[in-house]
Amino acid sequence: MRPITLFTAAVLSIAMFAGTARAADKPVLTVYTYDSFTADWGPGPKVKAAFEKTCGCTLEWVGAEDGVALLNRLRLEGQSSKADVVLGLDTNLVAAAKKTGLFAPVDIDRKAIDVPGGFSDPDFVPFDYGYFAVVYDSKTIKNPPKSMKELVDGDPDTKIAIEDPRTSTPGLSLLLWMKKIYGDDAGKAWSKLSRRVLTVSPSWSDAYGLFTKGEVPMVLSYTTSPMYHMMEDHTDRYRAAHFSEGHYMQIEVAGMLKNAAQPKLAEAFLQFMVSPAFQDVIPTTNWMLPAAHMDKPIPTAFEKRVKVEKPLLYDPQTVAEHRKAWIDEWLAAMSK
Amino acid sequence: MLTNGERRRWIVGGGLALALMAALVLAAVVPLLVATAGGAEARSATFDTYIWRVTRFTLLQAGLSTLLSVALAIPVTSALARRRRFFGREWLVRLLAVPLGLPQIVATLGLLAVWGRQGLVNEALLAAGAGYPVSIYGLPGILLAHVFFNMPLAARLMLFEVERTPGEYWALAGQLSMRRSAVFRLIEWPAIARVLPGAAGLVFMLCATSFTIVLLIGGGPGATTIEVAIYQALRFDFDPPRAVVLGLFQIVLTGLVLVALKCLGGRAEHGGTSGRAVRRQEPDTALARTADGTAIALGAAFLLAPMAAIAVDGLRADLLRLLGEGAVWRAIGTSLAIAFVAGCLGVLLALVLAAARHAALPLAMRHASARAFCASTGAASSLILLVPPIVLGAGWFVALHGVTDVFALAPVVVVIINAMMALPFVVRVVEPALASHRARTGRLALSLGISGWRRMRLVDWPGLRRPLFVALAFAMALSLGDLGAIALFGGQGTTTLPYLLLQRMGSYRTADASGLALLLAIVCLALMTAGSLGTREEERPW
Repeated sequence: MRPITLFTAAVLSIAMFAGTARAADKPVLTVYTYDSFTADWGPGPKVKAAFEKTCGCTLEWVGAEDGVALLNRLRLEGQSSKADVVLGLDTNLVAAAKKTGLFAPVDIDRKAIDVPGGFSDPDFVPFDYGYFAVVYDSKTIKNPPKSMKELVDGDPDTKIAIEDPRTSTPGLSLLLWMKKIYGDDAGKAWSKLSRRVLTVSPSWSDAYGLFTKGEVPMVLSYTTSPMYHMMEDHTDRYRAAHFSEGHYMQIEVAGMLKNAAQPKLAEAFLQFMVSPAFQDVIPTTNWMLPAAHMDKPIPTAFEKRVKVEKPLLYDPQTVAEHRKAWIDEWLAAMSK
Repeated sequence: MLTNGERRRWIVGGGLALALMAALVLAAVVPLLVATAGGAEARSATFDTYIWRVTRFTLLQAGLSTLLSVALAIPVTSALARRRRFFGREWLVRLLAVPLGLPQIVATLGLLAVWGRQGLVNEALLAAGAGYPVSIYGLPGILLAHVFFNMPLAARLMLFEVERTPGEYWALAGQLSMRRSAVFRLIEWPAIARVLPGAAGLVFMLCATSFTIVLLIGGGPGATTIEVAIYQALRFDFDPPRAVVLGLFQIVLTGLVLVALKCLGGRAEHGGTSGRAVRRQEPDTALARTADGTAIALGAAFLLAPMAAIAVDGLRADLLRLLGEGAVWRAIGTSLAIAFVAGCLGVLLALVLAAARHAALPLAMRHASARAFCASTGAASSLILLVPPIVLGAGWFVALHGVTDVFALAPVVVVIINAMMALPFVVRVVEPALASHRARTGRLALSLGISGWRRMRLVDWPGLRRPLFVALAFAMALSLGDLGAIALFGGQGTTTLPYLLLQRMGSYRTADASGLALLLAIVCLALMTAGSLGTREEERPW
């Protein structure tokens, strides 16, 4: 390409960023969420279309990398944040989110909400939940571990990829999961498990990438991960292992800001969030389980998911208090 | 040789560029500290045993990675310099810059396809009857991956310098019937040694700040770099002051290593040249051919195998569908636009800094202030790489937020960050080229009374065009693979190709991600090809 055409191309594409016009007359509800929620294949487009039908407003998504980035962005923006609603924090982040003092109590009807173990908080409303699980490749693993204990004690040559609790939510959740099961012996269990850990990746997508490329036969992911492969890739090769001690939970929540420019719309959105119109799209777009009643039946692939009898979850306050000490314990055990 | 007026103008220009960079960094650090002072929860002591352990590991892996990358680059460079005509040479040289343009996760997956547990090497070993597969996880894997990224970079920089050697040298070597060893000792090695400290410093900085590779192939938290600790401070802990302190610590630490490397460097410049065409005519032996062939073949295999793995994987993706998606084309457009503007800015900044430094050098013998100026232009253009983009991004975000719509400015912010991050690379191409260009044309221009704009147009542009295009291509390739700056601002409007790739990876769409990785590699390669156009056939070494 001649430099001059390259330059023209550059100028044109810069002009493209600039031109995001918006409909000026309708009120705009600004919702911060994580990127995969707003992706073309995520729940974002469907939710936006459904909500805009009834609200007489324009819903604008603003994406951040993930839940942690979302919270940090709010912390940086402080009082002057443009967000009305923040959607996509999880229970591990709720305590820190409250501490910012930016969130307002939400006054909506919570009757439809149905999350195992229950979740009630004046400021935050759950919109979906999921269980962490060891997902394995059934082509290589014929006898998957049936419990955390079997995972910890198993053959060191059969490896697992896990995420780093210092940087990633699934990583932190595995740490909490182990703590729930092993308590004070968690350090010892980690030392043992470390023999099976091929690598500790900075984020879920890195670990999952290693797994689907066949580099490692087990990965820490969700019980719903195999559903994606069944419905989109039409294969049941990847399966989640059922653990007898129970599975650690992730509840994803949304909240509205005290300084919301559109508090009425924000509340309307949160109410809409726990209605079937929102919940119906969650399983097959966010690959999580609905946190409230759905109108449609759940897709058949989801019927085949690992059923969790014992959901495990620390309350947000406990996580906030002990996270650092438990991460240090993990570091010491894993660095040996 | 410059007129006094020109010298003054360049020095002022360089001073302004330095001030601009300092202002940009401070504009990030200060608001970040102010906004978060006292707000961070449960701040732990910054320099605990954890940080010391992390520091030790950072220095160890970066030192070893640098040593290996540079040492392995020398034979490859020397062989490539000697063998100026073989099938595919042009493409091989262009491919040297591609690993840098790929997001680390992509290159890492490519490497693992070759060296991983289920990789080609292990399969070959198993087939050959070797019992237990080789595991690269841990320090060996980190070194392997760093050599993959940086050996080509070092080779590229060295090759560029060797190929700048004036044609007269080779003509003389031919007349004196110098042997291979003498040619290496008297001509090639001095050229390599000239860029060695700079190249090694660059590689060291890249390895010291390495992040994804270290965590992913390091196999556990025993392998943690300072950069990881900085990122960690900005994640769950959200303790920006700690991130800033660690960032400063990283700059000081690496700065010391760079100073040490500088002391090693020879700095003799080329003698004068009339720009005679390079024609190497040293005697060729079967042994020399075999040695060069081996070095090139091994280097190429090492570089190409993971890239081939990326390509094969990419071809399995539904490329036609991907290419039919508006989002993909928009991302390519966005990436190219950002890369182009950032690249131009980076090259301009590098040119101004290099010219200012060059203009101030003759004064440095007499004035301490000129010495300090030369040192700070040199240091600034390197150390900027050590400022974590996430700190810059977060700081500017705080500074701009409330003043203006940060989203509207996101592309500008990303461009500036990328331009500054490309600077250390670009300077290493521009500076030596400028020095020899000045040596070649300075006296003549002065005696002909050509100065100012006319000099730039008639003398400097034709003479420097080629290295500037190479530098631009380099800077663009780097900017293409960048994620650090985008991560904070991405999302609406500013979705670049690597960002799109990570988005797909993050929502189970691994095949799409592989396809996008291939597209990204193709774009990178196209850039390196474009960078070598605009030069006449006979002076094009790649």
